[in-house]
Amino acid sequence: MPGAFWCIVEDDRNGSPKKVMAEVIGEAARLAPGRVEAVWLTDKASEAGLKQLGEWGAARVLLLENAAFAPYRSEVWVASAAELAGKESPQAILAPVTSRQREFVARLAARLGVGLAADSVGFALEGDKLVATRPVYAGKLLSKVTWAKAPWVATLRPNVFRPAASQPGKTASVERPTVTAAGALMKFVERREEVSTGLPELTEAETVISGGRGMKGPENYVILEDLGRVIGAAVGASRAAVDAGWRPHRFQIGQTGRTISPKLYLGFGVSGAIQHLAGMRTSKVIVAINKDPEAPIFKIADYGIVADLFEVVPELTKEFKKLLEK
Amino acid sequence: MKILVTIKQVPDTATQVKIAADGKTIDPTGITWIVSPYDEFAVEEALRIKEKRGQGEVVAVSLGPDRVKEALRSCLAMGCDRAIHLNDPAWAAADTLVTARALAKVIEQESAQLVLCGRQAIDDDMGAVTAQLAELLGWPCAYWIMEETIDADAKSVRAARQVEGGLEVFDLPLPAVLAAQKGLNEPRYPTLKGIMGAKKKEIKDLKASDLGGAVEPPQLSVVGLQALPPRPPGRIIQGDVPTAVKELVRSLREDAKAI
Ligand SMILES: Cc1cc2nc3c(=O)[nH]c(=O)nc-3n(C[C@@H](O)[C@H](O)[C@H](O)COP(=O)(O)OP(=O)(O)OC[C@H]3O[C@@H](n4cnc5c(N)ncnc54)[C@H](O)[C@@H]3O)c2cc1C
Ligand SMILES: Cc1cc2nc3c(=O)[nH]c(=O)nc-3n(C[C@H](O)[C@H](O)[C@H](O)COP(=O)(O)OP(=O)(O)OC[C@H]3O[C@@H](n4cnc5c(N)ncnc54)[C@H](O)[C@@H]3O)c2cc1C
Repeated sequence: MPGAFWCIVEDDRNGSPKKVMAEVIGEAARLAPGRVEAVWLTDKASEAGLKQLGEWGAARVLLLENAAFAPYRSEVWVASAAELAGKESPQAILAPVTSRQREFVARLAARLGVGLAADSVGFALEGDKLVATRPVYAGKLLSKVTWAKAPWVATLRPNVFRPAASQPGKTASVERPTVTAAGALMKFVERREEVSTGLPELTEAETVISGGRGMKGPENYVILEDLGRVIGAAVGASRAAVDAGWRPHRFQIGQTGRTISPKLYLGFGVSGAIQHLAGMRTSKVIVAINKDPEAPIFKIADYGIVADLFEVVPELTKEFKKLLEK
Repeated sequence: MKILVTIKQVPDTATQVKIAADGKTIDPTGITWIVSPYDEFAVEEALRIKEKRGQGEVVAVSLGPDRVKEALRSCLAMGCDRAIHLNDPAWAAADTLVTARALAKVIEQESAQLVLCGRQAIDDDMGAVTAQLAELLGWPCAYWIMEETIDADAKSVRAARQVEGGLEVFDLPLPAVLAAQKGLNEPRYPTLKGIMGAKKKEIKDLKASDLGGAVEPPQLSVVGLQALPPRPPGRIIQGDVPTAVKELVRSLREDAKAI
């Protein structure tokens, strides 16, 4: 039997897998039914978290639990994961795109001497090969790539793949293989938490609101946050707004910011420069509100309203509230 | 302290890209090339470290064809002391690992104490070479850094990396690899003096044979490039604001099922 499809678990640092793992496991199950294994490096996994991985469809959970795995340091994770890969010979190693997984699987691929397809948006099995599709050149083209040998290592763009449905009662066999934990080179100093907006995280949100230069100033983002609270959306910004100091960089959407792929993107006072599109053009539904009918964002928008955003936003908040209260 | 900065030359994002006849690469005609923006943050940070310490050397390194000289020249104009150009047809189909192997060999030859890279190259967007370099060298690595300080005796670097929900700060013993994120600094523009001076600075050419011979085959290969499937045409919703908004909300709910 060919090797397993590993799904590297991204967790909330509190013992539970993030929701995006349903997408990774779902895609792995589509490609390799019955051969899906979750590999979890953590300082502490919760029972509920392990149960959740089983319900999503992992047949087996390989749990590497060790205090040395938190906070994440690539040199420590890679040594242990590579040792396990040597014993288990997986066919594929998949992880969601997050800041740490991007680094971790790249380093792991180098250790294993295999190829990596980062930020993939599609996979197809062609004969005995896996072909990944990934956006390149600011999302202007799609590149199809394939591996010379296994394990096929890839990261998956969040919100693109169909998540596995949770099947209550389905369980995974949980194993705790022994691996050596390498000594850390990096010494942890501190973690500085962001002031939480109480809204979802930009890259994980199913709905994203983006405010551009048309917002006119930092004080006006409250109207977007009000709308965000009503529809459960993250609030991001264009680079023009970030460079003006209106929003911190972590909220920037685009080529030099975050890449997002929500179900719904709503842009307010964003012109739709190519570098902004690079970070959001795989959104499923795009809505643009701009007072300039010639704004390029209307070229990729599914719905547009040509109007002053300051009139539209309160009205939208009101209408969504009505709809969602029903 | 010797700092090596890896830079990639990429098409300016504003230029149109067309697929070449081979179906796997882009047609280079009419493309404006730039230094990948994240790599400019890396160059800027290296120059600031040198300026702050009042000593040291900053070396820019790039792998790619002849055109890459121009990108190296602009790094020299920003203030890098010299440059190394890895230019050999043997690297024409390099994947991230082949690229990282070549760069790692240069870093070893140069005995650099710090390597600064970009978060990702904005054309191929793998965001991988940096981590793979660290792996091949056996060095620690901090991704997506927003700030850094080198300690006085250049034994370690304190770096803050951006993660979901905050910043994580670590001390990394040197030598180490850092990947620059936007927000780290604001890159300088080359001055006229810098541009003139760059013409006299050295760009050393290296071939695969200068780095110990045979280039291993790529582990990832491009099967083909394709244009994006066109998005279905959108709809501008007409009417006064309250009417248009009502219609938008209805469409999002009933037609697009997006809310
Ligand atoms: C003609 C042609 C053929 C190609 N064929 C293949 C192929 O068969 N398979 C494949 O996987 N890819 C192929 N590529 C793309 C490949 O060369 C990538 O550029 C390489 O894998 C690096 O990935 P990246 O650009 O995404 O860099 P990232 O991993 O995103 O780069 C991160 C950082 O590493 C450094 N860096 C990256 N590249 C360089 C460089 N060249 N020189 C100096 N520093 C660098 C920079 O600091 C950069 O910010 C081809 C490209 C060309 C032009
Ligand atoms: C290398 C590079 C990387 C870049 N990376 C990014 C990136 O990651 N992300 C990014 O976003 N940009 C990026 N940019 C910048 C990009 O080119 C644009 O400059 C930027 O996206 C513009 O932001 P904007 O749409 O908010 O502003 P503008 O282009 O100024 O557009 C503002 C829009 O608001 C509209 N408007 C004004 N007032 C109102 C109102 N009251 N009601 C309704 N509409 C109104 C205007 O009609 C206009 O269309 C990058 C650029 C470069 C060169």
